[in-house]
Amino acid sequence: MEFNLSAGLFSEGQKFESFHEQTLYDTIIIGAGPAGLTAAVYCMRKGLKTGLITKQVGGQVADTAGIENYLGYRYINGTELVDKFREQVMQFSIAFESESPVQSLQDGQIKEIVLEDGRCLKTRTIIIASGKQSKQLNIPGEVRLIGHGVAYCAICDAPFFVNKKVFVVGGGNSGVEAAIDLAKVAEHVTLIQRRDHLTADKILIDKLADFENVSYLFEHIVTEIKGGNDVESVMIQNKKSLLISEYQTDGVFVQIGLIPNSSFAEKLLDMNKYNEILVDGYCQTNRDGIFAAGDVTSVPYKQIIIACGEGAKAALAATSYLLNQPKE
Amino acid sequence: MAIFDEKTRQQLKTVLDQMKNEVTIVFFSQEIECQTCRDGKRFVNEIASISDKILVEHYSLVTDKDKSDLYGIDKVPAIVLLDKDKNNTRMRFYGIPGGYEINSFLGSILAASGKEEAIPKPIKARIDKIGKPVHIQVFVSLGCPHCPNAVMAGHLLALENENVTADMVETSTFNHLAIRYNVSGVPKVVINDKYEFIGAQPITAYLDAIEKL
Ligand SMILES: Cc1cc2nc3c(=O)[nH]c(=O)nc-3n(C[C@H](O)[C@H](O)[C@H](O)COP(=O)(O)OP(=O)(O)OC[C@H]3O[C@@H](n4cnc5c(N)ncnc54)[C@H](O)[C@@H]3O)c2cc1C
Repeated sequence: MEFNLSAGLFSEGQKFESFHEQTLYDTIIIGAGPAGLTAAVYCMRKGLKTGLITKQVGGQVADTAGIENYLGYRYINGTELVDKFREQVMQFSIAFESESPVQSLQDGQIKEIVLEDGRCLKTRTIIIASGKQSKQLNIPGEVRLIGHGVAYCAICDAPFFVNKKVFVVGGGNSGVEAAIDLAKVAEHVTLIQRRDHLTADKILIDKLADFENVSYLFEHIVTEIKGGNDVESVMIQNKKSLLISEYQTDGVFVQIGLIPNSSFAEKLLDMNKYNEILVDGYCQTNRDGIFAAGDVTSVPYKQIIIACGEGAKAALAATSYLLNQPKE
Repeated sequence: MAIFDEKTRQQLKTVLDQMKNEVTIVFFSQEIECQTCRDGKRFVNEIASISDKILVEHYSLVTDKDKSDLYGIDKVPAIVLLDKDKNNTRMRFYGIPGGYEINSFLGSILAASGKEEAIPKPIKARIDKIGKPVHIQVFVSLGCPHCPNAVMAGHLLALENENVTADMVETSTFNHLAIRYNVSGVPKVVINDKYEFIGAQPITAYLDAIEKL
């Protein structure tokens, strides 16, 4: 029997404090993934009055089975790494909020962060580290059939597709990983990829190739998911011939990548065409005193170790910005 | 072989050391036609061996019918948590809470032991108002990282209001229920067989559904 224990969840050493609307913070970090947690450690060590607002702790790492490229650990599972990150942040008395996500930001000499429950927090700098989340296909049938055959988390939902037929959409790392998890239990897995080849790491592609119950559809896209109560079929278009055909299936796992959680900063900050926040080498956005780090930014390559490094950089940049501000 | 390796035992100990008062794990099993009952028995016994604040009572679903009726148990393996005065907390686990669910199990044990959680006042007021019998079933798979939060939200409601009973239902053990409730994505929360939602939703989503009952 396996146990994915997060002992840190229960730590008594918790020194987290509540946010107060009347307090002026030096910095408020949005998001507690690798970038935000690293930024928190740096800010607290620099002695800044720091707050951390997040939906959950760990970000995408909490949803990752195993990690083999974060230095110091040849292999570590996602829960364990999150635990270690959390422990390191928990030694500090940081203001912490995880019930109500950030809704919008207001710039100014003193900046305001509005939460979904209506509270408004004041801060001199902001570090945005809100990362990314799964992208939807945005095709008919998808949203209606979530949990009825349409899924986004293979490690969660693969057990419901034992001896069934499933489609995996996406040929990157997450698509190929999902196909591997599903191939172990499903009768048949079809992987659909828009391009003419898989873009996943070779080590994963080779692993998937070992399964005999997997087929591939290159240069095809899904245009509709059909079914009454449950998924029954998918409409698939050949990108070259433009012909559409219907395939019977019990499930569709959508693994077409991620979108940045940047909508709360939409009107305020410059972004690229993927809605990633544009930053310079100092994690500085187009607004003074607002910094961004990790997957939510335009910095290339989305990895834990990179997000951590960017989080550290943003914290140091915020500190030096504060030092250069006149004290009122 | 032991269920927990030495490292996990140590981690469990640091968590269970935070228990305030005693908790009784009432474990239901049956001799035949229950593949996971034996592992379940070892699981609860090993947990109890880690903390002297944990007591275990073993019952058979069939021959201890008075007990299974008392706690409303209809399938095994099943766990019910009792507080220090042996009052039913109405927090139940159907199937062994392994994988990620070990976290909801520990969370609920700590809660049953009297370790208090700060509940925001408006939410507490809504929980106190629940006046009808409510049965929350949270369907999970053990490889699902966000399922424990869905279980703990249900359990919190059960602990705070005696009209509420909340179950974790492990779908690989109770496959027939997964089929009956048409579960193909987890966590799936079913309230009084009338309302359901998918995903780890905030406690307000549970309350919204309960208030519509
Ligand atoms: C399945 C999978 C496997 C992966 N495997 C690896 C791997 O093996 N190695 C590797 O290096 N990388 C891996 N990655 C990538 C890595 O996880 C990310 O690059 C990294 O987590 C990015 O960190 P981040 O802190 O920038 O953002 P995230 O991890 O996305 O964290 C963002 C945080 O912001 C919070 N948030 C979002 N919106 C709001 C809001 N409005 N208000 C408040 N809080 C908010 C979220 O709750 C979350 O806590 C993997 C990713 C996935 C999905």
